[in-house]
Amino acid sequence: MSPRDVFVLGGNRIPFARSGSKYLKASNQDMLTAAIDGLVARHHLQGERLGEVAAGAVIKHARDFNLTREAVLGSHLAPTTPAYDVQQACGTGLEATVLVANKIALGQIDSAIAGGSDTTSDAPLAVNDDLRKTLLKANYAKTPRQRISALLKIRPSQLAPEQPKNGEPRTGLSMGDHMAITAKAWGVTREAQDELTVASHQHLAAAYDRGFFDDLVTPYLGVTRDQNLRPESSVEKLSTLKPVFGKGDAATMTAGNSTPLTDGASAVLLGSRDWAQQHELTPLARFVDAETAAVDYVFGDEGLLMAPPYAIARLLQRNGLTLQDFDFYEIHEAFASTVLCHLAAMEDPAFCKERLGLDEPLGSIDRTKLNVAGSSLAAGHPFAATGGRIVATLAKLLHEKGSGRGLISICAAGGLGVVAILEASE
Amino acid sequence: MSDTLTTLVNQGIGKKIAVQLGLPRPTILRRYEPGQVLVDGRVAVGGIGQGPNVAAVQEILGEAGISHVEATPDTSYADKPAAVVFDASGARTLDELEQLRATLGPALKALGKNGRLVVLGTTPAEVHDAEGAATQQALEGITRSLGKEMRAGGTANLLWVAPEAHGDRGVLDAPLRFLLSSRSAYVSGQPIRVLEAPVQPAADPHAPLDGQVAVITGAARGIGAQIARVFARAGADVIAVDIPAAGDSLAAVANEIGGTALQLDVTAADAGERIAAAVSRLSGHLDVIVHNAGITRDKLFVNTDEARWGSVLDVNLRSQFRMNKVLLDPSTTGGLRDGGRIISVASISGIGGNRGQSNYAASKAGVIGLVRELSQELADRHITVNAVAPGFIETEMTARIPIATREVGRRLNSLLQGGQPVDVAEAIAFFAEPGAAGVTGQVLRVCGQSQLGA
Ligand SMILES: NC(=O)c1ccc[n+]([C@@H]2O[C@H](COP(=O)([O-])OP(=O)(O)OC[C@H]3O[C@@H](n4cnc5c(N)ncnc54)[C@H](O)[C@@H]3O)[C@@H](O)[C@H]2O)c1
Repeated sequence: MSPRDVFVLGGNRIPFARSGSKYLKASNQDMLTAAIDGLVARHHLQGERLGEVAAGAVIKHARDFNLTREAVLGSHLAPTTPAYDVQQACGTGLEATVLVANKIALGQIDSAIAGGSDTTSDAPLAVNDDLRKTLLKANYAKTPRQRISALLKIRPSQLAPEQPKNGEPRTGLSMGDHMAITAKAWGVTREAQDELTVASHQHLAAAYDRGFFDDLVTPYLGVTRDQNLRPESSVEKLSTLKPVFGKGDAATMTAGNSTPLTDGASAVLLGSRDWAQQHELTPLARFVDAETAAVDYVFGDEGLLMAPPYAIARLLQRNGLTLQDFDFYEIHEAFASTVLCHLAAMEDPAFCKERLGLDEPLGSIDRTKLNVAGSSLAAGHPFAATGGRIVATLAKLLHEKGSGRGLISICAAGGLGVVAILEASE
Repeated sequence: MSDTLTTLVNQGIGKKIAVQLGLPRPTILRRYEPGQVLVDGRVAVGGIGQGPNVAAVQEILGEAGISHVEATPDTSYADKPAAVVFDASGARTLDELEQLRATLGPALKALGKNGRLVVLGTTPAEVHDAEGAATQQALEGITRSLGKEMRAGGTANLLWVAPEAHGDRGVLDAPLRFLLSSRSAYVSGQPIRVLEAPVQPAADPHAPLDGQVAVITGAARGIGAQIARVFARAGADVIAVDIPAAGDSLAAVANEIGGTALQLDVTAADAGERIAAAVSRLSGHLDVIVHNAGITRDKLFVNTDEARWGSVLDVNLRSQFRMNKVLLDPSTTGGLRDGGRIISVASISGIGGNRGQSNYAASKAGVIGLVRELSQELADRHITVNAVAPGFIETEMTARIPIATREVGRRLNSLLQGGQPVDVAEAIAFFAEPGAAGVTGQVLRVCGQSQLGA
C-alpha cells in the first residue's frame, strides 16, 4: 500500500501565559485537556474515537507518566481513543505531529490529535539528591531500628529542594549561554535581534486583531490573548533592556529578544482525506514531509541550537526543493538570535559546503514571508506546546492563501532540530 | 442565579414564618423534564356554542394521552383538573361572554397547582363587525385579568386563531401543547395569534427539532446557553456562537450538548458568511437561527455617549440585519431554508421602556419592528419570524442589578418571581417547532406577566 495524503484539519490552543501567573494553579493535564476539549467543541468531535492522541510535556511530574491518556480520559473524546506520551524537548509537539501523520499515511489510523503542554509554574520540585538517598535507605531498611537510624541522618541542608534546571546536562550551560556563543560566532547584532522581536509582536497582534486566531485559540482561566504579547513593543524600548546572556560584546541577548518561561498547551487535528470528508472537515494543509537532525554540540564545535539547518538541507534535498520554494517560513523563535543564526548559516557558502556538504549555499529567504502571524518571542514558548501552535498557524495561513508551501523549523535542547513541510490542500 | 425567597418560603420553618408574616409566597413552578406528561391530570374543555376548535382540542389531548371532562356551568369537578381549555372563537356578541363567565368560574375554582387556562378566540382584526371584534378583543382583557388572579403557579393565555385556521389540528397542536405544558411556566396573560399554514408534524413530539441545524448566538452563558441545551434536548444539531473572549465557556456548552462551538463576534462584517460556512459542515441548509446575543450599556439618555449608543444598537439589532441578509440569500450554501425559523430575543424594556436604557430599549423595540415586517416579507417562503420578550430572568446580567431594584423586578409580576433562562429557551424552542408554522410576526412575552410595559 502506498502512503496516503495526510491533512491538518484544525488546531486549538489556550492562550499562553507567563509562568507563575494566570495558570499557576493549572497542571499540564488540565491545560492539555482544555486544549483538546476546545478542539473537540470547534470540530464537533464529542464522543468520537480518534485513531490516537500523541502529546507530551517537557517539564513533567512523575505522576504524569500517562499524561496524554489521562487528558483524553478527561476530555469529551471517546474514552476508547488510545494515547501516548512523546518527549523530545522543544521538538515534542512537532515530533508528535510527525508520528501521527506517518501512521495516518500508512493507513494504520485515519485520524489523530498531536499536541503538547508545558508549565514551569507547576514544575516538579525534586528532593535534594542526598535526601533522596537517605530516604531510599530508610525505605529499604529491614528493621524499625535500622529505619530510624537511617532517618536520623537527615540534615537540614538536605531539605532544600533541587531547583529545576533549564540547563544542558552535558555542558552545564544554560540554553541562553549556549545561544550567546553561537550568536557571537555568527556576528548577530543586538539591533537585528530587537527588530525581529518587534516584528514578532506586531505580527501576532495584527493576527489577533484581524480575527486570525478566532478558530485557533480558546480562552482559558480568564486569559484571552497570549499574555506575553506587547503590541506596542518597539526597537527603542527593547534597546533599553540589559543583556542577560553572554559576556562583553557577546552580550546582545535580553529578556526582550529571548522567549520568557511560559505556560500553555496546544493540539492539532490531523486525518486522511476520507476521514475529513466523512466528518465534513475542511483540509487546511497537507502534511508533506519532515526531518529531524541532531548536532554534536558537546565535543564537536556546532552550536546547541544549530540542528535545524542540517535538517532543512536534508528535507529539501529529499523533496527536490530549494529554500526559496516556500510562501511561508515558520522558524521557532527560541531566541531572536537563533532565527538569525539559522538564516545566516543557510546563506553562508562555507557553512553550507563544509557542514551541510552542499556545493551551493541554501541561500537567503524573503524576510516578509517569515513568521507572518508572529512566533514564540511574542506568543511565548511553553516548550511542548510550540509545535502545535506553529503547525496550526501555518496550516491556516496556507488555507487562507489557497496555494503554496510552508516550512516549519524548531530547534530543541540536546542539539536537536525538527523541521517539516506543509502544502496548501487543493 | 438563586432566588432565595422562593426556596425559603416553600420549605419547613421558612414556610411557617412566611405565612405568619404574610410574605409573598411564590410557588416553585413545574418545569419540563424529558418524558413528562403534558399536564398532571384531566383537562376541562368547554366553549361558547358550537366551539369550532373543540373537536381539534379534544383530539390533541387524546393524542397526548390526556383525558378531558366537559366544562359547563353545571359541571362539578370531583378531582382537580390540571387545565381548562375554553373555545370562545365562535362568540360574536357580548351576551355570549356570559357563557364564558358561568363556565370558567367553577372550573378555575377547582384548578390544581400550576394550573393552566387556555382560551381560544378569533383574531379580532379578522372579525368584520364591531360587536364581534369587541367580543373577541374582550377575551384579551379577560385572560390578562385571570392571569393576575391565578394562584399557585397557574397561568392564563389566549390563542387568537385566524378564521381559516379554525379546527385545524395541524396549526393548533403545537401552540396548545406549549401553553398547556410546563414549558410555558413563565408565560402568562399573553395572546398568541395562529394563522393557517402548511404543517409538517414532528415525527417525535419529544424531539420536535430532530435532525435540524440551529444556530444560537450569545450561547456561552445565561439565556443563550440554556437555549442551546433545550434545542439539543429537542434533537437539534446546535452551532453555538459567542465572542472569542467567551470561548472557554462556549466550548464547555458545546461539549456538554454535543454541538459545535463557533467563536464569532456577531458584529463582524462576515458573521453571516462564517455562520453559513459552519452550517454547511453539518447540512446544506440552516433550519433555525436564534439571535440571542445582547449587551446593555445603561446610562441616562443625556449622559449616553456615541459609543454606548452605537455598540448596543450594533450588537442587539444591526448585526441581525447583516446576518439575515446573508442567510436569507437563496444562493448562500448553509443559508436558511424555506420553511425555516428566525427567532430574536427582544425584551420588555423594548415594550415599556426603562430608565437608563434608552439605547437598549431602542434596540429591543427595533427587534420587534424587524420581526413584524420581516415575517410578512418571508411569508411566501414559509419562514416564520418571531421574538420573545423576556421580563426579569435570573442570569448574570440581572444579578448585577442592585439588590433593591432587583427584588422589585423579581416580584412585580403575577408569579411573584423571576423567570429562569430555561423559560425563555422553551418559548424559543416552541417557535422553532415544525408545529409552530402558523405562528409568525409575534412577540411573546416571557415575563410571568410582569407589570412593566404591560
Ligand atoms: N436576563 C434578563 O433578564 C433579560 C431580559 C430581557 C432580555 N434579555 C436578553 O436576552 C439575551 C441574553 O441575555 P442574558 O441575560 O443571557 O445575558 P448574558 O450577558 O448572560 O449573555 C449574553 C451573551 O451574549 C454574548 N454576546 C455579547 N455580545 C456579543 C457579540 N457581539 N457577538 C456574540 N456574542 C455576544 C455574551 O458574550 C454573552 O455570552 C440578550 O439579548 C438580552 O438582552 C435578558
